[in-house]
Amino acid sequence: MDILSLTLYIVLAPLFGGLLAGVDRRITARLQGRFGPPILQPFYDVAKLFCKETLVVRHTQTVYIIFFVVFMVFTGGIFYLGGDLLLVIFSMMLANTFLILAGYRGSSPYSTVGTERELLQMMAYEPMVLFYVVAIYMASKTFYVGQIATTSHPMLIKSLPGVFLGFVYVLTIKLRKSPFDLSTSHHGHQEIVKGITTEYTGPSLALIEIAHWYENILLLGLVALFFAPHLWLGVAASLTVYSLEIFIDNACARARWQMTVFSSWGIAAVLGFGNVLALTLFR
Amino acid sequence: MSLMQKSPWIIHYDGSSCNGCDIEVLAALTPMYDVERFGVINTGNPKHADIFLITGSVNEQNKSVVRNIYDQMPNPKVVVAVGICACTGGIFRDCYNVLGGPDKVIPVDLYVPGCAARPESIIDGVIRALAVWEEKRRSLTGQKGTPS
Amino acid sequence: METLVFLILYPVVAALALILIRGDSPRRFVVVASAVLLIVASCWLLKYDYSAPVNLYQVHADWIRLLMQIVELALAAYMIVLAVRHRKWPIVPLVLASAGVGLWFEVVHVHTMGKGVALSLNRFSLIMALITGIVGSLIAVYALGYMRTYHAHEKDVPDKRRTFFFVIFVFLSAMFGIVFSNDLLWFYFFWEITTVCSFVLIAYRGDQESINNAFLALGYNLAGGLAMLLGIVILFSQHGIFELDKLLLHDKSVVMAPVILLSIAGIVKSAQLPFSSWLVGAMVAPTPVSALLHSSTMVKAGVYLLVKLAPLFDGTYAGLLVALLGGFTFMMTSMIAISQSDAKKVLAYSTIANLGLIVMCAGIGTYEALWAAVLLIIFHAVAKCLLFLCVGSIAHVIGTRDIEAMDALVLAMPRLTWLMLIGMAGMFLAPFGMLISKWAALVAVIDANPILTFLLIYGSGATLFFWVKWMGRLLSVSQLRENIETGIQRTIWAPLYILGFLMTAVCFFFPYMSHRMIEPYVTGVYGTTFTMSPGNITIMIIMMGLVFLFFVSRKEVNFRNTRMVDAYLGGANLPGSKAFTGSAGAVQKIVLRNYYLEKYFGEKLLLYPSIFVALGLLIVLIIGAVA
Repeated sequence: MDILSLTLYIVLAPLFGGLLAGVDRRITARLQGRFGPPILQPFYDVAKLFCKETLVVRHTQTVYIIFFVVFMVFTGGIFYLGGDLLLVIFSMMLANTFLILAGYRGSSPYSTVGTERELLQMMAYEPMVLFYVVAIYMASKTFYVGQIATTSHPMLIKSLPGVFLGFVYVLTIKLRKSPFDLSTSHHGHQEIVKGITTEYTGPSLALIEIAHWYENILLLGLVALFFAPHLWLGVAASLTVYSLEIFIDNACARARWQMTVFSSWGIAAVLGFGNVLALTLFR
Repeated sequence: MSLMQKSPWIIHYDGSSCNGCDIEVLAALTPMYDVERFGVINTGNPKHADIFLITGSVNEQNKSVVRNIYDQMPNPKVVVAVGICACTGGIFRDCYNVLGGPDKVIPVDLYVPGCAARPESIIDGVIRALAVWEEKRRSLTGQKGTPS
Repeated sequence: METLVFLILYPVVAALALILIRGDSPRRFVVVASAVLLIVASCWLLKYDYSAPVNLYQVHADWIRLLMQIVELALAAYMIVLAVRHRKWPIVPLVLASAGVGLWFEVVHVHTMGKGVALSLNRFSLIMALITGIVGSLIAVYALGYMRTYHAHEKDVPDKRRTFFFVIFVFLSAMFGIVFSNDLLWFYFFWEITTVCSFVLIAYRGDQESINNAFLALGYNLAGGLAMLLGIVILFSQHGIFELDKLLLHDKSVVMAPVILLSIAGIVKSAQLPFSSWLVGAMVAPTPVSALLHSSTMVKAGVYLLVKLAPLFDGTYAGLLVALLGGFTFMMTSMIAISQSDAKKVLAYSTIANLGLIVMCAGIGTYEALWAAVLLIIFHAVAKCLLFLCVGSIAHVIGTRDIEAMDALVLAMPRLTWLMLIGMAGMFLAPFGMLISKWAALVAVIDANPILTFLLIYGSGATLFFWVKWMGRLLSVSQLRENIETGIQRTIWAPLYILGFLMTAVCFFFPYMSHRMIEPYVTGVYGTTFTMSPGNITIMIIMMGLVFLFFVSRKEVNFRNTRMVDAYLGGANLPGSKAFTGSAGAVQKIVLRNYYLEKYFGEKLLLYPSIFVALGLLIVLIIGAVA
């Protein structure tokens, strides 16, 4: 394991993630005819949150957030150091489980509603994400990101267009964008107050935000994998997809959970499984 | 301005306001005034907020609510009373149920008069409240001895 | 070989002692001592030499077959009498058919069989024996304390504990018989014994519901047993095979029909769709029964048979159908479990789902699938047992099995809650065992037949939902609760702690277990095996370490300046309590409930169509056998 790569990842990922979040808010504001906050705004937010007091509803609720962050960083680390893709997905599930348990620890109506919806979200995107891994394995004959990223020839997207489109669809859920931001109502919406993060303040909230930065960078990496081995094409593609998500976020209202779960499952079945089927038949 | 001051998150509560000042507060969030330029987000959750914007006066029924929301805000925090009803009770000050402004229940740091207070005044008030907030933050870390 | 015979015979001795003993103390002594003996004896098997793929042991006793036949006829008479008394008419022809065919076979053919090799031992039987010996014995010890409390609470259930413990130990003997038998008739004999044990234990309460469910289980399992018997008859009369090891070496295309019949028995015993209702119905039995028979051991006999037959399924249509059946069961029962709020029903459906996963691996039959299947068996046996036992104790204290009543259980019963959380984590969470097995199963499925990934993947999503939901309910504190975790006997705590420790150990040491036991077994069968790469193993050990760190540090980790406040309720909190002022000043308590999504995942909605589809698959399988 390359210590230098690991350190670079741990330091750079949140920086890029935060910048991405800042650019997101700026573009969103411009789409709404406003000026929007400075691009470094997420960093100001996190800095402020770290100097706030920690209020808790249950004594041991903070530890769940800490392990959420730890495992999220760990997951991204496995990915960016070229590890096993399936392990990446399972580790991400573990991290998100800690977030969900943290939401349950909040023990309040708003946080519980948010948590149940977060669970529904997880159930919604899991099939497509697993089909993603299955299809990539079938196309590249390996699970190791390191090998996929360097030796994919031709580009995976040529044999996995369905999986790509399906993945972009569920990416909306993972990035917490409308119409599928069921659980925390990001960006100052208040329908369920703050859902899963309602009972978390100050440093805990800052850590959740940072974990989401790591997660977003990981997700963009997962998109870029379709364009391996062309690194810059992958980066460009993932940023394009992200911009598309910002646009969709602004264009759509929030959907009901039934629409979220069942449309994601349907898309996974048609686009994801369909692609897998095609790969099986034309192997 | 320190870095932390660039991210004031507000919680807006309507005490017993006629909604005039509330509409002006919300107007500040619209593209016309766009307070998000200053990093302001209207969170609905006191646990996430730094600035407590109260409109309207305090009466027997909402006195405990105002106290509760204030208590659920993490330090450092500031309270901004928006509109004349929140400052002194306004034209309803002599009503039988009105106790006065929120300063009867919680410590208020800044008063923004007006009926209704204009968005420009509100924004000005929030920015000045930020200076108060920064002072409180400094004294908090000073007390603890270690920088946050 | 002496150990094998000891393991099969000693529990019968203990059973006979237990049916005579009346007092609590002597019973406790016999059960605990027997448990220790069985655990030691099972572990003693580790000392055997496993360099040969299978160790075979002749048993020179012709009279054993005769004895088995007599016992079978006696049990047949007993079942007919009971069936008539309770007016369960379908049972009668089933029993008559089994007894008739068995008797005919004995009289006409058996004397032409040679001596044969009755017992065998290989690493897989070793693993099954360890599970039966360790997990089974722990459950028997747990049952001591549990049944005492059970009868203290349920005054109108007649105290038949002597019969109860008698049957439990007879069952343990039969389980050992199943995993060590090489002679198919012996296998069948022990198999039918477990069916009868299950029947007696499900009916323990003696009320109409229990009796009905007992006969349901009996009916299904008798039908499965009959299928097995027919398979054995065909195997011997057409191919001269009556031993398991010879069967596995035979040309698969020739013996497919009887193998399909045998696997139908396995499918029924492991409660796969369309036969799942007997297991769900069996939850009326006392919890030790549910743990022992209906999650950790007896149903494992069903999958044991299928996994043993796995090399014969590799690359065949029959195997594909079995895999489809298993995978479909996994997917549908996982979804149904989402809508269940009765803890035992959730565990029952989860058991059926996991068994479905194992069946799917067996049906695929490649070396990767076999590795996954054995690992799944180990982890599921330990984790499910732990969960059932915890739920049993919790239900005794709080008086209900409803998951929603387990809100804030982390305050009311902290030790049991954390044991449950360990069990639940072991069931689905990375990096714990079940996840590893699911991973291996996914890889096996992709390599063999990617179309099956559909079933595995959708089922997986559903399992996550209901487990995390339950975990959250335990940790969520809507109202404060007093600690009520008192008065639980040592004979209950000891098995629970040992199982919790076993669960953790089995997770941390799975690479070692895989290297020493599972991989050699798979290599013995296929010549090659699946291994996890050292890099992945390291990463998973690190993850386990981190989770362990979480567990030990959870009370200490907090930011400085932490202040405790109420939950956010729009400012309407009544200070210092978990209540708020509602409309008209009414005081409302915080009430939190999980989503059960009955409209979409309800049992009534999903079960019948699933049974229908599974029945279709089964018919195709049977037609394949007949054709």
